[in-house]
Amino acid sequence: MSPLLSALLGGLLIGTSAALLYLLHGRIAGISGILCSALTPETSDREWRVAFVAGLLLAGVAYRLLAPGALPLAGTGTPLPILAVAGVVVGFGTRMGNGCTSGHGVCGVGRGSVRSMWATGTFVAVGMAVVFVMRHVVAGGGR
Amino acid sequence: MRRAAKRWLSALGLGLLFGLGLGLSGMTQPDKVLAFLDVTGAWDPSLALVMVGAIGAFFVAFRVARRRPAPLLGGRFPRLPRRPDWRLIGGAALFGAGWGLAGICPGPALVDLGAGLGDVAIFAAAMVAGMALHRLLGVGVSGTAPAPAAPHEPAALVATAREGAGQ
Repeated sequence: MSPLLSALLGGLLIGTSAALLYLLHGRIAGISGILCSALTPETSDREWRVAFVAGLLLAGVAYRLLAPGALPLAGTGTPLPILAVAGVVVGFGTRMGNGCTSGHGVCGVGRGSVRSMWATGTFVAVGMAVVFVMRHVVAGGGR
Repeated sequence: MRRAAKRWLSALGLGLLFGLGLGLSGMTQPDKVLAFLDVTGAWDPSLALVMVGAIGAFFVAFRVARRRPAPLLGGRFPRLPRRPDWRLIGGAALFGAGWGLAGICPGPALVDLGAGLGDVAIFAAAMVAGMALHRLLGVGVSGTAPAPAAPHEPAALVATAREGAGQ
């Protein structure tokens, strides 16, 4: 399958899942928020969040067994210390901003939320700026 | 089937569907994500189509949902925050920085973690630590009441509001 078609189809699956979660449960499919409240014992209505996270993990198991080409099996290509820093910043930032690529980028923009458009524009722009600095300033075009 | 069981099973299935979509789309491959963000290098714009497909599907569902009084499996549709604030922009900027460093956002981190990839497990553990740190520092969550309380817990919000008033 061409990368363009698989990107579009994958996006449709993501959007369909988010759509059904909203229609059936009345919930926004924001992964960072679902994960955080699934891990917080005092969350009310915690069960569906744990189940949703389990489904995401299960998708990883399925790809490992059936289509490992979709996974970065050879490693992410990022040194571990940078990976750890990135993880902390992603965890902190997604809580503070109340959303990530899914909650703001897909559901928020999809429902026409100005807030989420600001958030999405910000994280895409900063992401591009950081990649520019890491690849073309720090590494001098390497990696 | 009981409604609680339906809710649980459907959430599991939807998480699986979401994760399969992430894998098919290429979002689970950090080098592909970084190539999408690398606009001045060997730019790979294909991941923009992920957003097109996902936003399109959600756009339709949100229109349909607005005509319904309540979600099909019970509960109610949420009142979602409207206004941007400094936490939204600051948090999104931090998230974007981490996303640009590693090419991994929370959903793909969980899919790759489920696949048993060791280095993504380190990212995921650090991400949870970052969430814990955020809670510990009491920075607050954009779009919710000032204290770091979960949006679906009115009792907790009232309790923290009282604490705040007492100080």
